[in-house]
Amino acid sequence: MTVASKPPVKPGWSFGVITPRVGLNIAVVATLAAVPAYAALTGNTFALTLFTRVVILAIAALSLNLIMGFGGMVSFGHAAYLGIGGYAVGILAKEGIGSGFVQWPVAIGAAALYALVVGALSLRTRGVYFIMITLAFAQMIYYVAIGLDRYGGDDGLTIYHRSQFDGLIDLSNRTAFYYLCFGLLLVGIYLVWRIVNSRFGMVIQGARSNERRMRAIGFPTFRYRLVCFVIAGAMCGLAGALLANHTDFISPAMMHWTRSGDLIVMVVLGGMQAMFGPLIGALTFLILEEGLSRLTEYSNLILGPLLLVVAISIRGGIDGLITGRRGG
Amino acid sequence: MAEVLLEIEDLTKRFGGVVAADGISLALPAGELHAIIGPNGAGKSTLIGQLTGEVVPDSGRIRFGGQEITSVPVYRRSQLGLARSFQVTTLFPDFTALDNVALSVQAHSGHSFRFWRKARREAQLREPAQIALARVGLAERAASLVADLGHGERRQLEIAMALAGGPRMLLLDEPMAGMGPEESARLVELLRALKGAITVLLIEHDIDAVFALADRISVLVYGRIIATGDPTTIRSDPAVREAYLGEGAADG
Repeated sequence: MTVASKPPVKPGWSFGVITPRVGLNIAVVATLAAVPAYAALTGNTFALTLFTRVVILAIAALSLNLIMGFGGMVSFGHAAYLGIGGYAVGILAKEGIGSGFVQWPVAIGAAALYALVVGALSLRTRGVYFIMITLAFAQMIYYVAIGLDRYGGDDGLTIYHRSQFDGLIDLSNRTAFYYLCFGLLLVGIYLVWRIVNSRFGMVIQGARSNERRMRAIGFPTFRYRLVCFVIAGAMCGLAGALLANHTDFISPAMMHWTRSGDLIVMVVLGGMQAMFGPLIGALTFLILEEGLSRLTEYSNLILGPLLLVVAISIRGGIDGLITGRRGG
Repeated sequence: MAEVLLEIEDLTKRFGGVVAADGISLALPAGELHAIIGPNGAGKSTLIGQLTGEVVPDSGRIRFGGQEITSVPVYRRSQLGLARSFQVTTLFPDFTALDNVALSVQAHSGHSFRFWRKARREAQLREPAQIALARVGLAERAASLVADLGHGERRQLEIAMALAGGPRMLLLDEPMAGMGPEESARLVELLRALKGAITVLLIEHDIDAVFALADRISVLVYGRIIATGDPTTIRSDPAVREAYLGEGAADG
């Protein structure tokens, strides 16, 4: 079953229809909404930092789920969009353009443009070739960033002022920034849900399942897949702009290929084609990563096999575990 | 003589040393049900591939509705009204039967850069799809996932999808393959009902069905059409009897 059969979460539902999936989604959203209050009460500002990161990377994973989960386009270079969005903010800030009204549209636009170029070339290929081309482009951008001496090169660049939205919101207020990211994530999930169930979404999903057949019944699939790829790129570019504001710092490490791998793991872990899957995946992944790194410095030795077991044993990810849908 | 809908002229295709199409020429008047028979490896699938655009011919021309389509891409041919069914069913497994057909309707109702309205709630997609399902006798299976459909039902769904776009011509690639006698009989009835309304090119191994349905039959052997004519003519053609039918089949 696809997500379309999931009853939409809307005000006015009775408690009788809460499926395990809806229950989990509500619990996750409620928990995230309460994080700033928890942080304020306990003075644990680290929790706020960690969860801001969770929410931002969930937006990136959400955009990846759109193309990978619903569209079957396994992009192994998705961190490049994070980097492009982040560098757009960092470079503009360094050059004295501090307004978020400029920085963020540039971040989104640059990521979308990059997606257009990468997609136009990579979407003509399939399978491993597609994965390799998206990876190759991302590596290219990574090395371009290393070569940007003016913007810190390999060391990265500190951003001294977060994006300015005069009078609207003060991003240096960490609670306000968290809620902005959280709000954008929820809006993003809603948008993806609409897109996936629209005519456009039907074409994207049909092309995942059988592209040859889609062409035979009359769809020029390439252009739809390309537009989907660009939408995902733009969305991830926004996540990159948020990430740069969150860390007050940009560096090529933002788009190291292992970051692209992390995003794929988040999507698979949460459950591909599940609306809240990327969020649940990002949450689980980052908390595991954080928790294990406190236990041992060899945390990856535990995290890696653990994720492998999850990927092999529950094909629908955490969502599949909850709903009993194992098809993946 | 009705207007010619599909015209194939001197179509040739080689795969290495194998000649899959050796100067095939054929003209189908609108409304005709034309069957192509021939032994395995005769080039039937290659011919379908060239007509749908998945196989590029080495030489020759294809005209459809008076328009040259030899180098027109696959999706465009479908939009022009040339619909096909697949020999091996290639449906969308995680969609319901109705979803599958609705997708076919959607392909023929303008562009799909529509991002907001829920496609599964659009009556203009669902209603024609429901009608197409009813036409092939699958109305009650509308909400079933393809994965839960039987083999015969999937073949019926293939035809519903081909019909749903309102095509001018159907290319049916062995629609009865693997069907039981009952299902075959139902499909023959369905095709009989379509006769005259839609031009059909039928590729089929079930000789009884072919002779019962076809207005004309072409016999394809080693990429070459060795005979074309009405069922009686084909049945008595000595070259056909020798090359393909065999004495017993010709009587049956």
